[in-house]
Amino acid sequence: MLFQLFWTYLKVGTFTLGGGYAMLPMIQHEVVNRRKWIDEEEFLNMIALAQAAPGLIAVNSAFFIGWRVGQNSPHSQSKLFRILCVLSTILGAILPSFVIILAIAILFSDYKSLPAVEAIFKGVRPAVVALIASPLFRMAKVAGLSYLSALIPIAGALAIWLLGWSPVWLILLLIVSVIGYTWLAERRHK
Amino acid sequence: MIYVQLFLSFFKIGLFGFGGGLAILSLIQHEVERYGWMTQKEFVDIVAISQVTPGPIGMNCATYVGYTATNSILGSVISSIAVVLPSLIIMFVLCRLYFLMQKRYQNNVYYVNTLRGIRFLVLGLIGAAALSLMTKESFFDWSSWVIFGIVFVLGILPQLVSKNCVRTHKFITWLSNPILLILMAGVAGYLLY
Repeated sequence: MLFQLFWTYLKVGTFTLGGGYAMLPMIQHEVVNRRKWIDEEEFLNMIALAQAAPGLIAVNSAFFIGWRVGQNSPHSQSKLFRILCVLSTILGAILPSFVIILAIAILFSDYKSLPAVEAIFKGVRPAVVALIASPLFRMAKVAGLSYLSALIPIAGALAIWLLGWSPVWLILLLIVSVIGYTWLAERRHK
Repeated sequence: MIYVQLFLSFFKIGLFGFGGGLAILSLIQHEVERYGWMTQKEFVDIVAISQVTPGPIGMNCATYVGYTATNSILGSVISSIAVVLPSLIIMFVLCRLYFLMQKRYQNNVYYVNTLRGIRFLVLGLIGAAALSLMTKESFFDWSSWVIFGIVFVLGILPQLVSKNCVRTHKFITWLSNPILLILMAGVAGYLLY
């Protein structure tokens, strides 16, 4: 059982390129359709939870699956078993990426100065910036951004880019002001 | 000392990294710049490598920055653990509250509004990451801007083309695959420079 959990997430971690969101369809295939560890509805709840919580979405979802499988298994009384379930999925999710990147980091420092490598990366750098920017349109649509609420991301981006504000403080500021705003709106409503 | 700094920085990145990979980039960049662990150029290279290798982007960055900042495997182990740790703690609490939360807070205005606000701000974080990476080093002449323009247009094209024409839409979605675009940009760079 533990090995199955580890193996499933190892596969997901090895074969999904492009980070957290790209992993979700493959996780769904393995966990919902093949292993039937959770059902469709719980999978959607898992995505909501993994997105609401800070941190890497892949790791958050690995935690959830490990936790649920541990709860549903016959050994669920044992706390140690539940912890091992969670550790198996998490390790499976992060190990491939860790090993591959470490190997690249060690090799890349030797090859970085080669003219051919430098030329390739000269072409790649602007493409990377474009790839960071281009999903914004789709994400804005999904988030339901209006002209007025677009002020939040625009002001945030400018504060970080021009004023050098820390993203952490911006997030805290946003949480405080949203709660304050909601409180005022609620009071006026009554 | 640098190990403690790495741990604290990446713990903070994990703790405030709402919205997944791309949104986390702007936090990582802020920390990396603050401590001078690497140049802007090196950071862009890491993002490129992260996008063409498997695994979560935040994890890839943590491992890579940890290694290059200290030149040791220990550094990359420490920053990788640090970026995952907040997830473990928070998910532990959230999973315990899971059933309770879903029912009680689903309609709570404070909870719903805060999540919506964060979702909006995350777009700004990603925008800031893109803007701050547009440096003179990465965009050194007009050809860089041409590559940027082509990749950007191909990236947003699936949004512009109607889904009615299934075959074209499929082709364009395939064409807008980040891995393919990065590989093509690499080939272009090799031929151009």
